[in-house]
Amino acid sequence: MTDFSAHASTVPAALQQPAALAIRGLAKAFGSKAAVNGINLDVPAGSFYGLVGPNGAGKTTSLSMATGLLRPDAGQVWVHGVDVWAHQLEAKRLMGLLPDGVRLFDRLSGEQLVTYAGLLRGMDRDTVAHRVHDLLAALDLAKDAGTLVVDYSAGMTKKIALAAALIHAPRLLVLDEPFESVDPVSAANIRDILHDYVASGGTVIVSSHVMDLVQRMCDHVAVIAAGAVLAAGTVDQVRGDLSLEDRFVELVGGRNQTAGLQWLRTS
Amino acid sequence: MVAHLLRLKIALLRNSLRRSTMQLVGLAIGALYGLGILGTALVGLAVLGTQGPEVVGMVLVLAGSALFLGWLIIPVVASGLDMTLDPARFSTYSIPMRQLLAGLALSGFIGIPGAITLLASMGTAAAWWQHPGAAAVALFCGAVAALTCVVASRAITAASASLASSRKFKDLSGVVLLVPLVLLGPITTSLTAGVQGVRDYLPDLANTLSWTPLGAVWAVPAAVAAGQWAAAGGKLAIALAALAVLTWIWKACLAKALVTPPHAGNLRRSAGNLGFFRLFPASPAGAVAARSLTYWFRDPRYSAGLIIAPLLPLVFVFASSQAAGGGSTGVVLGLGGALAAFLVVWSISSDISYDNTAFALHLGAGVPGAADRAGRAAAAGILALALGILYALAGAVISGSWALLPATLGLTIGAVGSGLGLASVFSARFTMNAPLPGDSPLKSKPGNNFSAMVVQFSGFAGVGVLVVPELVLTTIALAGNRPALGWISLATGAVLGAVFLAAGLRIGARLYDRRAPELLLAVSADR
Repeated sequence: MTDFSAHASTVPAALQQPAALAIRGLAKAFGSKAAVNGINLDVPAGSFYGLVGPNGAGKTTSLSMATGLLRPDAGQVWVHGVDVWAHQLEAKRLMGLLPDGVRLFDRLSGEQLVTYAGLLRGMDRDTVAHRVHDLLAALDLAKDAGTLVVDYSAGMTKKIALAAALIHAPRLLVLDEPFESVDPVSAANIRDILHDYVASGGTVIVSSHVMDLVQRMCDHVAVIAAGAVLAAGTVDQVRGDLSLEDRFVELVGGRNQTAGLQWLRTS
Repeated sequence: MVAHLLRLKIALLRNSLRRSTMQLVGLAIGALYGLGILGTALVGLAVLGTQGPEVVGMVLVLAGSALFLGWLIIPVVASGLDMTLDPARFSTYSIPMRQLLAGLALSGFIGIPGAITLLASMGTAAAWWQHPGAAAVALFCGAVAALTCVVASRAITAASASLASSRKFKDLSGVVLLVPLVLLGPITTSLTAGVQGVRDYLPDLANTLSWTPLGAVWAVPAAVAAGQWAAAGGKLAIALAALAVLTWIWKACLAKALVTPPHAGNLRRSAGNLGFFRLFPASPAGAVAARSLTYWFRDPRYSAGLIIAPLLPLVFVFASSQAAGGGSTGVVLGLGGALAAFLVVWSISSDISYDNTAFALHLGAGVPGAADRAGRAAAAGILALALGILYALAGAVISGSWALLPATLGLTIGAVGSGLGLASVFSARFTMNAPLPGDSPLKSKPGNNFSAMVVQFSGFAGVGVLVVPELVLTTIALAGNRPALGWISLATGAVLGAVFLAAGLRIGARLYDRRAPELLLAVSADR
């Protein structure tokens, strides 16, 4: 196991030298089912942080609570030293979100949607117009800017939501499954944008279940399963000598060791 | 396989009920309503049986043809009304077509409309209690008729499926087809008047219909009762042929639909049209207002309201001209305008439910409650005031009495202000099972509306209380023709409307700031 228990102290190290995101004892239950079970996590400023875990591990629930979308049952979250649930508006100014599995205001055109996101953040009209233009060009959506988002493909919808998350130049980007159904070329473009962003001092958190992607793209990673953090640290610390995927399977378990589907043979 | 499909339908119904007791209550109410209709129909049929066979036959043919028409038209109007067993979902399973058809057809009887239709159709036997032979035939023909109803509605749904899957068509049809529904009152009144004029013509109409697929199946028992065996056989053949043809159409369309995925072709449009976002101030509140106004025109769930509301005053004018001649048209138009304006502003009481999880953008961006409330209220307020003032002016022009314009305006402005205020509080406090984004405005899941109705009703009552001063003043001014009171009503409406609006926005904003994450959680449960 990696050193996640070492920094599970009650006083977050985050408060002396603020981490981009510090989570302490975050918990949430839906009915009698605990979705997130008191997790602790420190995301250093300037890191490209991967969050991996099997389906239903509590990734989305954790990120929703960390970004002020879902009220936790217990625990605290700081973004650059700002308590997310005590100072919601101040904390949200620092964050850009790409939530997974939520709708968009899809009767707006792509251009309108990103403009809307900028204006909602209280930005002035000229800055918004300028950045919308840049974002649409960078994400290869300029030709479809006037099309209603409801008519976009799944990948285009992801990209326009990403643009809406970037418009106010946040210090922390929280992206839930950002590459799902995005084509390889666009995914490469998005990776470049994110790497530049991290190089200039921003922090990115991505959740994914594509291990190869996380191993290649991220410098830090946390493995979450059954609502708890199993391992956290730099990618090299967490994976050791193994590939991240093998290490992940080792941590999470659940591989079937039986002989498999004997009847599923064509010959 | 057929049994599997039926079991699936029952399981889906049962699971949807398990999710909430309110759905169960709603279904129970729906079932009681249906049973009420069924009981009335059966009693009516039995009473009808005391008449001679000619009369019985005529009534059954006319009513039965109307029932067929209903089954043909309603699925088109309410596209996607009940697609729990959407054939497209079976496209990956290799179910033999014959069994798929049989299963889907029979599953049409599981559910209130299908079950009631089946029982009522077979219940036509009750009308033949004086002729046991005809009654036996009626039982069989009733079953055939009910099956034909279901197959016809499935066929027409399948035939229009490729058309209906395009978003533009869905948006338009849902909204446009509401118009005749709203005008149903005037239309039926005119029709009834017309029908009364041609009462003598009814037997001929029934006779003609009885030889068409619409009426043939209903006419068979009458022919049996009259001993016209040839006619009975011919009509039964027509009915069975109709069923066969409809089944064939359904099968052909379904076969095509199963191998043709829904197609969505679109023009690409580049940037440059920001629409309302250009017109409103570049602030969070301005952006929310621009977005809401865009939705009023682009989202059928909103634009349906925008189309229905202006039609209501016209319905009232029609009703009042029937009751009291044309003299009161102007006044009724003005007051109807106030009600229409209120209906427009009240629809924002479910605004966040309509947003569904898209609301996460407001929450994630940290939009202050005050900006969210004010923006939504501004968009609805602009539309409602424009509508109300337009009708008030039209009323004044028609009645030629400008002196009473302030009275109407007072009520309109008061209703808009108070309505917006209360709706702003309600939408921050309650969420309801609204149609999801992209769904037909008519769509509602089985029995989900009971709690929503309670909330809506208390909202109406609340606004009713808030506008009592204007309502009383305006009524006295109009009834007693006292323009001075009209001016007082205008002043009262402006002051009270502004006060309630301001208070509602403040309370709503405070509720929103406290409960926004809970609101998102509540709408996430319903997607």
